[in-house]
Amino acid sequence: MNQEKLMHYQVDPWNYYMMRVRRRRMEEEDEMERVMRIVSESAVVIFSSSSCCMCHAMKSLFCGMGVNTMVHELDQDSKGKQMEKTLMRLLATNSTTLPVVFIGGKLVGSMDTLLAFHVNGSLVPLLKQAGALWL
Amino acid sequence: MDIYEPFQQVSMWGDSFKVEGGLNSIASPMLLVNTSMENKSEFIPHEPRDSSGADQETTNKDDSKVLRRLAQNREAARKSRLRKKAYVQQLETSRLKLMQLEIEIGRARKQGMYTGNALDTSFMGSSETINPGVVAFEIEYGNWVEEQHRWNEELRNAFQTNASEVQLHLVVQSVLNHYSDLFRMKADAAKADVLYLISGVWKTSLERLFLWIGGSRPSQLLNLILPQLEPLTDQQIASINKLRLSSQQAEDALSQGLDKLQQSLVQDMAVDPLTAANHGFQMAIALEKFEGLEGFVSQADHLRQQTLIHMSRILSTHQAARGLLALGEYFHRLRTLCSLWTSRPCDSIMSPKITP
Repeated sequence: MNQEKLMHYQVDPWNYYMMRVRRRRMEEEDEMERVMRIVSESAVVIFSSSSCCMCHAMKSLFCGMGVNTMVHELDQDSKGKQMEKTLMRLLATNSTTLPVVFIGGKLVGSMDTLLAFHVNGSLVPLLKQAGALWL
Repeated sequence: MDIYEPFQQVSMWGDSFKVEGGLNSIASPMLLVNTSMENKSEFIPHEPRDSSGADQETTNKDDSKVLRRLAQNREAARKSRLRKKAYVQQLETSRLKLMQLEIEIGRARKQGMYTGNALDTSFMGSSETINPGVVAFEIEYGNWVEEQHRWNEELRNAFQTNASEVQLHLVVQSVLNHYSDLFRMKADAAKADVLYLISGVWKTSLERLFLWIGGSRPSQLLNLILPQLEPLTDQQIASINKLRLSSQQAEDALSQGLDKLQQSLVQDMAVDPLTAANHGFQMAIALEKFEGLEGFVSQADHLRQQTLIHMSRILSTHQAARGLLALGEYFHRLRTLCSLWTSRPCDSIMSPKITP
């Protein structure tokens, strides 16, 4: 198989390049689909890392509000790195962004977005709408 | 000073080296060189003589002497240019040190000489390293506090002269922008030295009593200004209660996150004393955690700013103005109380602790 690839590269570099691009796009789409599937499984989904302290703060925030969350520890997931890259693409940023939270299957963002929503009073209605909070 | 005229330059430097006090130690190596340079000032380049048979050897000797002296001259000029560069750099460093010492003395006077720890130079930098970001913040913050005082006067004035709604709105916006400036300054200072910012040494010691992640607790400030805002509509009361609850929840969450960071730092530092290896590796890991600290300071300031902005949206212009005045006045009284405390008479004469 390697032999074949070598020949491809030598004989038709442009086609080879396009093939690789297409494959990468398909992988990215797969990753995106995987993320979307995960976030639709629960009302509140947090992508986190077990060693990250800001992630701990986010988990504490929801816990303190009495909201059950599904937490995905990316450092304990075999495909964690790819998922992190997908999340970075979703947030249109180049720096590592954990924690990232989704509510009702829709992207909310990082800690600062979450805090801003909470302060201006839009977080609680959002949680109620997603069925994560009752009162 | 034209560097291509080294001879005149040398004699001018000689004069400028006789400077006051502390800089003499820097200047003295120059003086030593100066004298050796003066010997060369007698040098007059030889004209190469016309070569004739018998004079050939002497001409060659003269040529080589001339060439040698030219080369030595070039060398000396180059060395003197390098020394000048080093001297100027030392001057710049001394200037920064002087500024930092002045700031420390100012702060020491405000907080009383006996608070030896306040004179801890580890934030400003030891005698070798100066943190320009920290020095810049100290200066900017001092200016900020003064301007805050002026804005308070402006607010008070607006009330006393029964200013129009529009004028009051302008003042309120300006004060809010002024707070935004503070958050921006703090962000820059956190990049320069996060431990400096989070420890609050830049605030007075009384303000530090209420310190929470490098500043005030938003919920505490809310409770503070609430009585000044009456009368409030029912809807406003409900909104404020929600705001107070959410900021309390956010504060708790950030505190817990920070606790976890502190715990992990402690674990990093608590090494088995028998295995001294991997010391540097653990230090490197711990240093990474400081970036995490920056994140918490950033979120805390973000929370403060958002609370301030949302509060100003809930309230009418008049109420917002009263609230901001109450806030400014509160900090002013804290600072005044602090200086009263530090200047209170003691039984024995206080001798200033001199920290090395």
